[in-house]
Amino acid sequence: MAFDDLYQEIILDHAKHPRNKENLDFISDDEVHENPTCGDSVKLAVDFSQDGKLERVRFDGDGCAISTSSASMMTEIVEGKSKEEVLKMIKSFILIMRNESESSLDDFGDLIALEGVIKYPLRVKCATLPWHALEDLLA
Amino acid sequence: MVAEWIFANGKSVGEIREDFPILQTKLTLVDHDDPIDLVYLDTAATAQKPLKVIQAEARYYREQNANIHRALHTLGETATALYEGSRDKVQAFINAEHRHEIIFTRNTTESINLVASSFGRSFGPEDEILLTEMEHHSNLVPWQLLSEQTGCKLKFIPISPGGELELEKLDELLTNKTALVGVVHISNIFGTVNDIEQIISKAHSMDIPVLIDGAQSSPHMAIDVQQLDCDFFAFSSHKLYGPMGIGILYGKEKLLEKMPPYMGGGDMIRSVKLTGSTWNDLPWKFEAGTPNVGGVAGFGAAIDYIKELSFDSICEYENMLTEYARKSLSGIKNIKIYGPSGHRAGVFSFTHNDLHPHDMAQFLDRYGIAVRAGHHCAQPAMRKLKVSSMARASLAFYNTRSEIDFLVEKIIAAGEYFNNGI
Ligand SMILES: Cc1ncc(COP(=O)(O)O)c(C=O)c1O
Repeated sequence: MAFDDLYQEIILDHAKHPRNKENLDFISDDEVHENPTCGDSVKLAVDFSQDGKLERVRFDGDGCAISTSSASMMTEIVEGKSKEEVLKMIKSFILIMRNESESSLDDFGDLIALEGVIKYPLRVKCATLPWHALEDLLA
Repeated sequence: MVAEWIFANGKSVGEIREDFPILQTKLTLVDHDDPIDLVYLDTAATAQKPLKVIQAEARYYREQNANIHRALHTLGETATALYEGSRDKVQAFINAEHRHEIIFTRNTTESINLVASSFGRSFGPEDEILLTEMEHHSNLVPWQLLSEQTGCKLKFIPISPGGELELEKLDELLTNKTALVGVVHISNIFGTVNDIEQIISKAHSMDIPVLIDGAQSSPHMAIDVQQLDCDFFAFSSHKLYGPMGIGILYGKEKLLEKMPPYMGGGDMIRSVKLTGSTWNDLPWKFEAGTPNVGGVAGFGAAIDYIKELSFDSICEYENMLTEYARKSLSGIKNIKIYGPSGHRAGVFSFTHNDLHPHDMAQFLDRYGIAVRAGHHCAQPAMRKLKVSSMARASLAFYNTRSEIDFLVEKIIAAGEYFNNGI
């Protein structure tokens, strides 16, 4: 049933116990990314290592299970990758979620659990919100 | 406990539901093989339409379509009579003194923008507009735009945590600089029925005009603009069981007379020269271009339908249902309901401790239950209450107790679903 595809165990787990979610009150509200249709918001903080790789990504915000789990899994998968690599991943992830790509989420680790969201166009924005935020921060 | 509720037109709720084709159709969900029944609890966003409304609009296009006010042929006369006939119906519906005080727009939003652009054009930096913290964006953003253009200032009547206006602050907020008061009659988030009578009488004692956003009140209670004595009253056909694309602005004649046109074009002019034009009479001065005649015809049919049911019986039934819903919803564990606990409209915004409103709405949708989730176009009020999103169930006379029971059952199930196994 599609509904259980949408809310797979792994999504519910990340939603209940988000990884790398911290209070980021030190970041001003101007830098919050918001989904204008629903009011969900996300803030990101990225620490880079000496060689310019993303050492740690933390997020804060208020979102549904889809956007929270997407943010949580995103912070895990981008760790240790270069800025260029991550920007490429973001582009690819967003296209896949919008169903505008031939590729699948096979190379995205646990994020494959979000494939069920593609069938719910209204929820795609929830899944991509943190990715747009990271793209803006890196660009 | 009533055995079976009977409306003024002699129909039961079940029979009323049969008047609404969409309530008879089945929903097909993504990847769900068997179509299911619709439980429509999103009337505050837009109401469903009775067959008579759909037929009136269709009939216009099949049998009566012509441009109005300009054609001298028979069809043109029929269409004009239909359009102006609906204006008479609206006049009677809200008990306006004159038919030319009724202006057709596209929706509540456009009605308010009309007042802001036209009535507000003469405002300056010394003027203040008094609004409330619970306004829908459509009664806030037009005034923000006006403030940018003219330098006028915006002030707000605060809201309490319970979603009610702090009217004890009114005396101090109304000053000799206040040029207009704009207030929502029934809140689309809290279901609060605001004491607009008090606001209007205080404002009038200082000669300040008052605009009422009636988008949520007009579908659920009889409106008498002369008794209210409001200066402007804005509402939408689509929330009142009529077609989308039709809005109404009521304005007092003496104000409308003095206001400059809102849009320029055909129909709104008396005589046009290359160097300038003179304006048509009310209400056409404010109705530039070809209007949505089919929609207006449909709205006329919606008014006829409501009149047949009568607001007396609509209100009595809806109040009963609202009280039932309030009791049932407040009994659910982990749910917080916003808005007044006493007298209120059938609009229930709520949050659940364990899951986000989107996930709640998505879960309910699986069972055909349509509720809204989000910021409800009232972000300032949400911010004040420190909630970014709420789910909202809203009622109409076509809803039933068993639908509310079903909603309650599924809200509880949603909590369990999102907590299980983790
Ligand atoms: C209180 C209130 N005012 C104004 C509006 C705007 O109505 P419309 O979108 O028809 O212009 C709404 C609609 O949601 C509303 O609930």
